Amino acid sequence: MKTNKPTLTIGVTGLNAIDSPGPGVAVIRGLREAASFNCRIIGLSYESLEPGIYMHDLVDKTYHIPYPSSGTEILSDRLDYIHEIEKLDVIIPNFDAELYSFIKLAPKLKAKGIHTFLPTLEQFEERHKVNLPDFGAKYDMHVPRSKAVYTPSEALSLEKEYEWPLVVKGKYYDATLAYNFDQVKSAFNKISAKWGLPIIIQEFIHGTEYNVTGLGDGNGNTIAAVPMRKQYITDKGKAWGGISIDDKKALKLTHKFLSETKWRGAFELELMKNKEGNYYLLEINPRIPAWIYLAVGVGQNIPEALTRLAMGWPTEPFTTYEVGKMFIRYAWDMIVDLSEFEKISTLGEL
Amino acid sequence: MNLKNNIAVSDSGFVFNPASGESFSVNPIGLEMLNLLRQGLSQEEIVTSIEKDFQAEKINIERDFNDFIDMMKQYHLMQNEDE
Amino acid sequence: MITKKRYERPVIKKLESNMPNKFGMRTEYEPVMHIEGAAVKDLIAKYGSPLFVISERRIRKTFQTAKQAFETRYPRVQFAWSYKTNYLNAVCNVFHQEGAWAEVVSGFEYDKAIQNGVPGANIIFNGPDKSEQDLRKAVTNGSLIHIDHLDELYMLQEIAKSTKQRPKVAIRVNMDTGVYPVWDRFGFNFENGQAWDALNKIMFSGTMDLVGLHTHIGTFMLSPNAYAVAASKLTNLAQRLQQKYDHEIKYIDMGGGFASRNTLKGAYLPGVDTNPTIDEFAEAITSALINSDFRPKNPPLLILETGRALIDDAAWLLGSVIANKRLSDGRRSTILDIGVNILFTAFWYAHKITPAQKFTSYTEDTVLYGPLCMNIDVIRDNITLPLLNKGDQVVVHHVGAYNMTQWMQFITLRPKVVMIDMDGKVHVIRNNESLENLLELEVVPSHLSTFEL
Repeated sequence: MKTNKPTLTIGVTGLNAIDSPGPGVAVIRGLREAASFNCRIIGLSYESLEPGIYMHDLVDKTYHIPYPSSGTEILSDRLDYIHEIEKLDVIIPNFDAELYSFIKLAPKLKAKGIHTFLPTLEQFEERHKVNLPDFGAKYDMHVPRSKAVYTPSEALSLEKEYEWPLVVKGKYYDATLAYNFDQVKSAFNKISAKWGLPIIIQEFIHGTEYNVTGLGDGNGNTIAAVPMRKQYITDKGKAWGGISIDDKKALKLTHKFLSETKWRGAFELELMKNKEGNYYLLEINPRIPAWIYLAVGVGQNIPEALTRLAMGWPTEPFTTYEVGKMFIRYAWDMIVDLSEFEKISTLGEL
Repeated sequence: MNLKNNIAVSDSGFVFNPASGESFSVNPIGLEMLNLLRQGLSQEEIVTSIEKDFQAEKINIERDFNDFIDMMKQYHLMQNEDE
Repeated sequence: MITKKRYERPVIKKLESNMPNKFGMRTEYEPVMHIEGAAVKDLIAKYGSPLFVISERRIRKTFQTAKQAFETRYPRVQFAWSYKTNYLNAVCNVFHQEGAWAEVVSGFEYDKAIQNGVPGANIIFNGPDKSEQDLRKAVTNGSLIHIDHLDELYMLQEIAKSTKQRPKVAIRVNMDTGVYPVWDRFGFNFENGQAWDALNKIMFSGTMDLVGLHTHIGTFMLSPNAYAVAASKLTNLAQRLQQKYDHEIKYIDMGGGFASRNTLKGAYLPGVDTNPTIDEFAEAITSALINSDFRPKNPPLLILETGRALIDDAAWLLGSVIANKRLSDGRRSTILDIGVNILFTAFWYAHKITPAQKFTSYTEDTVLYGPLCMNIDVIRDNITLPLLNKGDQVVVHHVGAYNMTQWMQFITLRPKVVMIDMDGKVHVIRNNESLENLLELEVVPSHLSTFEL
């Protein structure tokens, strides 16, 4: 049976399955369960303690790659080295901060036979937190009011317009609620030291949070869409448990998002439903979310479909999913020999 | 001036302190110096040995060696004098 | 004979695990050993360290690319070289040979352009500080005077009366283009009607020729769209002039401010990957002009005064390691002979700095200090570099803009600047300063000429 299926070599980042997890390990589980192909998984890691590196039943081999801040040229050189050995068919990047570099490199990778399925640079920029108000206006979607600021004092002027608390957000990651100006300043300094400027000050919408993950084919069609309600949220704001729901309004909003933006690739929409039942689009994450295995579990193997689209293979849209399935995340302590840590730390490969 | 006895040093330049659980990496010259230290050589002997094999002046090697040992001390990898 | 192995200083690094952040390993140790075919080692041996190196080939190529980006999108384009960005005569003249006019902001720069042989009519005179003498000269030479404030406008009216000449003028317009900060200190504001007021004053005076409209919306701009906003606001003014006075302006000057390939401090991704290209700026500006409602008989000349984006990448600063040190917290610090006195831009860029000799892949996180006895003399506060030794050489990239004009003679003397020509020949285009040069300017009163200790 195995012989009929092609075998793909797939590079996956985001192996940091920690308390604020990267999606990599969940993506790999989806790929391993793909019905239409077998795969060899090449982990692409930034740090030696990313748990995925040591999960040898899921990851065949891991290579360190340089941080996005080193620029595309150095990343490209490293990928060339890895490709030479592993002959990659597909790369699935899973970090917001690395997407810009991979989108820029995509044509170059394609020429070497490495496929990706990523949003266009325009889509990537347009949905950026910094541009969310324009995005909402352009596509007629409710978004919280927000402004990109370069100094804490600029935020002070927003005090009159928005009500406390304010959400202080980093360009790529991190978000904190601030209840007074001192907290805004402290959050501003903390987040900007890590992720640079600008900082986004956003109006806080009271309500219930919903998330949708999905996949667009780049022509406006929905290939996959699964809404989820978070049931338990960690102190870092990450879902630790969630349930698939039948939310027609959220799905409708997702179809509208895909058909109007012609979004290409995987995404996660963060939505807030207020008391009146209106949905606000809080954020568009231009990648697969960490809870993607729920989508796989309810019948929409998004990592598999994304890989097929990347390879240019015909890909049928998913139209149904099981409602009322839950995911419950758990932490698992692996026992790892020091020699493995030594290898990845000193040689950058394991 | 001695390396702590229990410090593990591998050929790849991976250094592990089992007492603290900390690990480090050293470059080839650092590895060479560590190995010479473990053989019980004095600073003078180590510097002479390095100078024999590498293109460098004694005065530079000595300065770098001292800096290296300072870092090793800072990382608690060296034995205290009274230990 | 036994050949000895290459020495490198010993280094031990603690293995720590963090989530990726901006201070992650930025690996910049790929050595740059040659510039335009000339070995860094030889350049320093011959001309000293530190040393500014400018590539004529790179200037011409960048200029031609920029020119093409605009000319393929708009019929009438004129560049004017921004003297303040780099006014070494050799550099200015490369631009003038390529067809650029001169854009100056002081009497000193104006005289420099005239001495370089730029015809008066091809000099754009900007800036808030133009003396009466400067303005008279500019009026006589038929230069384009961009009025910054009303006092200047009134002074020009006086000069026009007394000389019986008609000054060729434009006003500088400032405006909100949706980017922060708004540069509202130069020129006349668009939104509050100041600009329209000033234009009316000029038209009513009847003593001046209103030939153009000028704006310059900021510096190191990362948003091409801001230029589109600016261009449409200027065309709005042009259209109103046409309607009210049946007067057509001859040019629209969009100023400069395009970002170069440098990386701003605080940016996560390197500028070379993220900053807009000249094509993106050209697209934004020219589409805004073409799509505007302003329908003149002749399309106005589009003038661009971009400086930084044309010269930054064409210059390097070579330097040498003076010493290595350990800071009290164990961090490595390296002292270079390059200080902020000559690398002024180190205050706002995380400059790309590469070694000029080969190393192994071992690196250390390093603070790079300059040689000045001043705490602010920091070239990079965090950079991962190979294990540099005293005497090793480094190359600082993208230093062509502002450094060779804003540099200061502070504590030490400024170094030579060389230009590598199209054939790879090296020319000194500015000599290093000497103690004698500086003493020439000083006068010691006779009662202070001697002392005993």
